[in-house]
Amino acid sequence: MIRVVLPGHLRALARVGSEVELQIDGPVTQRSVLDALEAQYPMLRGTIRDHVTHERRPFLRFFACAEDYSLEPPDTPLPDAVASGAEPLLIIGAIAGG
Amino acid sequence: MSGVRLLVGTRKGAFVLTSDGKRDKWDVSGPHFAGWEIYHLKGSPVNPNRVYASQTSGWFGQIIQRSDDGGKTWIQPGTPPSEKDAKQPRPPKGESNKFVYDTSAGTGKPLTTHMWYDGTQHPWEFKRVWHIEPSLTDADTVYAGVEDAGLFRSTDGGQNWQELAGLRGHGTGPRWQPGAGGMCLHTVILDPSNPQRIYIAISAAGAFRTDDAGKTWRPINKGLVSPYIPEPTAEVGHCVHHVAMHRSRPHVLFMQKHWDVMRSDNAGDSWQEVSGNLPTDFGFVIDVHAHDPETIYVVPIKSDGEHFPLDGKLRVYRSKSGGNEWGALTKGLPQKDCYVNVLRDAMSVDSLDKCGVYFGTTGGQVYGSADAGDSWTPIVQHLPAVLSVEVQTLS
Repeated sequence: MIRVVLPGHLRALARVGSEVELQIDGPVTQRSVLDALEAQYPMLRGTIRDHVTHERRPFLRFFACAEDYSLEPPDTPLPDAVASGAEPLLIIGAIAGG
Repeated sequence: MSGVRLLVGTRKGAFVLTSDGKRDKWDVSGPHFAGWEIYHLKGSPVNPNRVYASQTSGWFGQIIQRSDDGGKTWIQPGTPPSEKDAKQPRPPKGESNKFVYDTSAGTGKPLTTHMWYDGTQHPWEFKRVWHIEPSLTDADTVYAGVEDAGLFRSTDGGQNWQELAGLRGHGTGPRWQPGAGGMCLHTVILDPSNPQRIYIAISAAGAFRTDDAGKTWRPINKGLVSPYIPEPTAEVGHCVHHVAMHRSRPHVLFMQKHWDVMRSDNAGDSWQEVSGNLPTDFGFVIDVHAHDPETIYVVPIKSDGEHFPLDGKLRVYRSKSGGNEWGALTKGLPQKDCYVNVLRDAMSVDSLDKCGVYFGTTGGQVYGSADAGDSWTPIVQHLPAVLSVEVQTLS
């Protein structure tokens, strides 16, 4: 199972705990993880990436294994530790506003 | 017994304030959607327990919420009916936060760019819902005014939204420009005497009217004068802050423009200034007394560069003559050291026998008057900055 950690406001919106688990068949990439996440929790559509363009919303970032994958192409495979479920994919709201 | 319910949207959540008809003691519930910006909430005139809310965030975008019990509990439209009452409802199946501009040729030649701050053309980009206007006749039909300026409609209780693309398609869109708050469609007024007629207002484009239920639109800005834009009497480009109407006279409109308070007696075909003796005619809110269509209210703000009341005195001004002659209402309002603002959707009136008037401030106060503005009391004083106030009169 793939593990995804959501920011607090999206946990409240999806009515889930700090971490959700997703079943993904095939390559584990940003796109496949987000597709599976939105399929399981349709209310999250549009909150992480744009409804139409599927571009990441500007103030959200994707981290895994202490690395920032936000700017990687969406079909780039995520680390093996994420694919195996050893590490979660972290979706993080940028600290902004000051 | 009669009562009132205030729906208050703030920078950090929604609050529901309720009272009986005396309006002297209030129950406060909230924050609902804590931490999110709630631009607007409004109840259905057909079913007052049906309330829609615009929940938004710079991080996570737009969410639409709906309540069917007067704001006690909320769902995202599309939640399966059998799940509504479950402790842990399953996810909604709809796409209630999907606002996609209509680019199909068949719906009115929609435009793809508008004017940017520097005068260049800029693509339309959806940002948030500023204003929700439920239908006067069907609780499942609701309109949403959005930024970047467009008008959407749902006919299934907010589950799916379609743009009324004729508004952007009528031709002047490339001359619309964002105001300081963004290019927002912030006012939607449905004509109770004519279901084909809708008024909307955009900052900074101006006011528009449809007479065919949203298929085609035309600007209604004749008489507006804005010396700070390249062409002061232009057909579009005016920074209209808010428009109000009394349901008994739907052809009479009152407008708080960036500067100037205006009035139209012909459904917006032409406007005349009625600022009269106001100490400053800059401001955001304007509203009409529930029972006297010639009595109107504004909250003068010092200037576009200083968004707070003149001299630190929070004063509502009332005209009983439809403008021009104004009197200050100060009893119960702070008359020194007050530097809050009152935003465009943050005033509302109830329709009890003695008309109640309410407004919220960016300092988190919501003031109420149970005597048509003669005296005021703070209902709550320490909310987050108030973005909108709507009142429902309950029987």
